[in-house]
Amino acid sequence: MEEDIDTRKINNSFLRDHSYATEADINLSVEFNHTGELLATGDKGGRVVIFQRSRRSKNQSHEPEFDYLKSLEIEEKINKIRWLPQQNAAYFLLSTNGTWSVIRGQKGYNLKDEEGRLRDPATITTLRVPVLRPMDLMVEATPRRVFANAHTYHINSISVTATMKPTYIVDIKPANMEELTEVITAAEFHPHHCNTFVYSSSKGTIRLCDMRASALCDRHTKFFEEPEDPSNRSFFSEIISSISDVKFSHSGRYIMTRDYLTVKVWDLNMENRPIETYQVHDYLRSKLCSLYENDCIFDKFECVWNGSDSVIMTGSYNNFFRMFDRNTKRDVTLEASRENSKPRAILKPRKVCVGGKRRKDEISVDSLDFSKKILHTAWHPSENIIAVAATNNLYIFQDKVN
Amino acid sequence: MLSKGLKRKREEEEEEEEEEPEKEALAVDTWWLDPRLPAVAQAPPAVPSNSLLDLSVLKLHHSLRQSEPDLRHLVLLVNTLRRIQASMEPEATLPSVPSPPEAPGVAADSLLASSDAALSASMASLLEDLSHIEGLSQAPQPLVDEGPPGRPSGGAPPGLGALDLLGPATGCLLDDELEGLFEDIDTSMYDSELWAPASEGLKPGPEDGPGKEEGLELDEAQLDYLLDVLVGTQALERPPGPGR
Repeated sequence: MEEDIDTRKINNSFLRDHSYATEADINLSVEFNHTGELLATGDKGGRVVIFQRSRRSKNQSHEPEFDYLKSLEIEEKINKIRWLPQQNAAYFLLSTNGTWSVIRGQKGYNLKDEEGRLRDPATITTLRVPVLRPMDLMVEATPRRVFANAHTYHINSISVTATMKPTYIVDIKPANMEELTEVITAAEFHPHHCNTFVYSSSKGTIRLCDMRASALCDRHTKFFEEPEDPSNRSFFSEIISSISDVKFSHSGRYIMTRDYLTVKVWDLNMENRPIETYQVHDYLRSKLCSLYENDCIFDKFECVWNGSDSVIMTGSYNNFFRMFDRNTKRDVTLEASRENSKPRAILKPRKVCVGGKRRKDEISVDSLDFSKKILHTAWHPSENIIAVAATNNLYIFQDKVN
Repeated sequence: MLSKGLKRKREEEEEEEEEEPEKEALAVDTWWLDPRLPAVAQAPPAVPSNSLLDLSVLKLHHSLRQSEPDLRHLVLLVNTLRRIQASMEPEATLPSVPSPPEAPGVAADSLLASSDAALSASMASLLEDLSHIEGLSQAPQPLVDEGPPGRPSGGAPPGLGALDLLGPATGCLLDDELEGLFEDIDTSMYDSELWAPASEGLKPGPEDGPGKEEGLELDEAQLDYLLDVLVGTQALERPPGPGR
C-alpha cells in the first residue's frame, strides 16, 4: 500500500517524550488507567512500575510528562495488567502465573509495596475465576500450583467489569483431550454492558456472550467468523488466523481483533465478516515458513483503539508499530527506537520495501529484526499519548504540541 | 548502576552502551521445498516435505517439555501437524503400529523416520500427556486419526490397562522427567465438584483474613449457595473491600 508522505493527518505528529529503560524485559503489559493519569507496566522480573502524569511547566510549555511513581515487586512474572474503572482510587488488576491480585493504591496514588499476593488482606484481595465444566471449549487457564490452599490459574487474558462481580467464565475441556482443537485466546468485557463479553479463539472466531442469557455462558449470543480465503490457504492458515487480542471500541459498537497479519474491525451487528481489515505486515505472508521455524508466527500482538475510536494501533517487528486511521484510511509505520529518534524529535514514518528497488530510508523485508517485536502498546483514553513497549524499553510518545 | 526495581529515564546525554542482541533475520525461505518440485517462492507447497513434518514434530515435542506448556501453542501445532499429515501422499494402507521405541534417543530417530501410523500413535500419546497436565484421568482413546489400527492386536481394553501400555511408550517419547514434572501440580480441584475459593465470595463482612487461609472444603450451605448462583437465582455479592 502506497504510504502517503504526509502522515501528519494521523493525529498530527508523534514525538518522543521519554523512554524508560529497565534491566528486565518489559515485553508485557502496558496500560493506562481510565483517566489517563496513571500508566502501569509490568515486566518479567515481577516488577510493576506505575508512572503518574505530571504537568510541569518546562520552558513555558505545558507538556505532560510521566513521572516514575512507584514500583512493586512481586515474585512472579507478570502477564497482564488491567486497570479497574474506579474513579476514586487507583486499583489495578494484575495477573501473574499464579494469581490475580487487586492492588489498591491509597491516597495520592501512593501504592503500598506488597508481594502482590494474598498476604495482607487489608489491601489485597484475590479475584479468582471459578471453573465450570464440562463443555466444548477451553479457556486457556490451566491449574498450576496451589498457594495457601487456594487454587490458582495461569491466566492468559483478563478483563474487568465495572461492577466487580466475580466472573464466571466457561472453562471447558472436552471429555476426550484428543478432541481439544481450539482454545480461547483473549477475552474482554463490553465497556458499558457488564453482562456482555467477547472471547476469541485460536481458530479465528469470536463469540459474544451475555451472562444474563445463560448462567453458564455455554451458548454464545453472537458468533463472528470470516470465511477463509481459499487463495491464501496454507498449512499455516490456522496459526495466522489465531486471534491474539480482542478489544471493544470505547463506544462499545465495534470490536477489533488482531491476528498474525491483520487487524480487523467488526460491527457487533454483522457476524459474517469484519467491516474493516487492515494489513499490518502483509509482506510476511511469503515468509510464513521461516516464521514458523523461528516461532515468530506464534507471537501474540495486541491492538488498541485511540480515545475516539478513529485510529487503531498495533505493533510489528523491527520495533515498528502501525497506526491506521479508520476515517481517512491512511496508515503509518513508526519506529520505537532510541537510535532512530532523538527525544523531542518528530517520529519519521518508516517504510518496508517489499521488492524491487529499495529507496533510501526504506528497509527491506529480509533486513527486519524479528527479535525486536512490539507486542504491547497502550493509548491514553482521551489524549494522543501512546506507550509502546519494545523489548526492554518503554517509549512514551505524544502528539506534537503546536 | 541501577538499583533493582528502578526504572530510569533515558536522557539524551546519557552514554549508554547497549549490547545489541543478535539480530534475527529471516532465512531464505526455500529450505522446505521438495527438490523434485519447482521452486515456488511465494507459497508453501501443496505437499509438504518431510522437513516440515519433522520440524513440526520436534516443535511439538519441545513445546510439551516446557515447564509451563502453552496450550495454545500445542493445539496450533497439533492442528498444523494434522493438516500436514493429511496432505502427505497417502501411503495407501498404513502398516500396523510399530512397537514403541525403548530409549529416548531411539524414540527421536524412530519418530522422525516414522510412518503415519507411528506418528498418529505419537500424537495420541502426546495428547494423552496433555490430559495429564490437566490431571484428568481418562480412559485412553484410540488414535487421533481414524483408519490406522489404533490398538495393538489383541486389543488391550480401554482403561488403565491400555494406559499402562501407552505409558512406558510415552515415557520414552518424552523424558521421564516430564512425568515427574506434573507431579507437583495439584489437581485436587478436579476431585471436587465446585471450586472452593468461591466460598470466600459467599462470606461478606469481616475481611478476608482467615477466610483466605481456609481449607478447600465447602460446607453444604456454601455448596447450596453456589448452586443457586449457578442456576441464576442469586447474584454473588462482592465482599466489601477495606475502607470502602
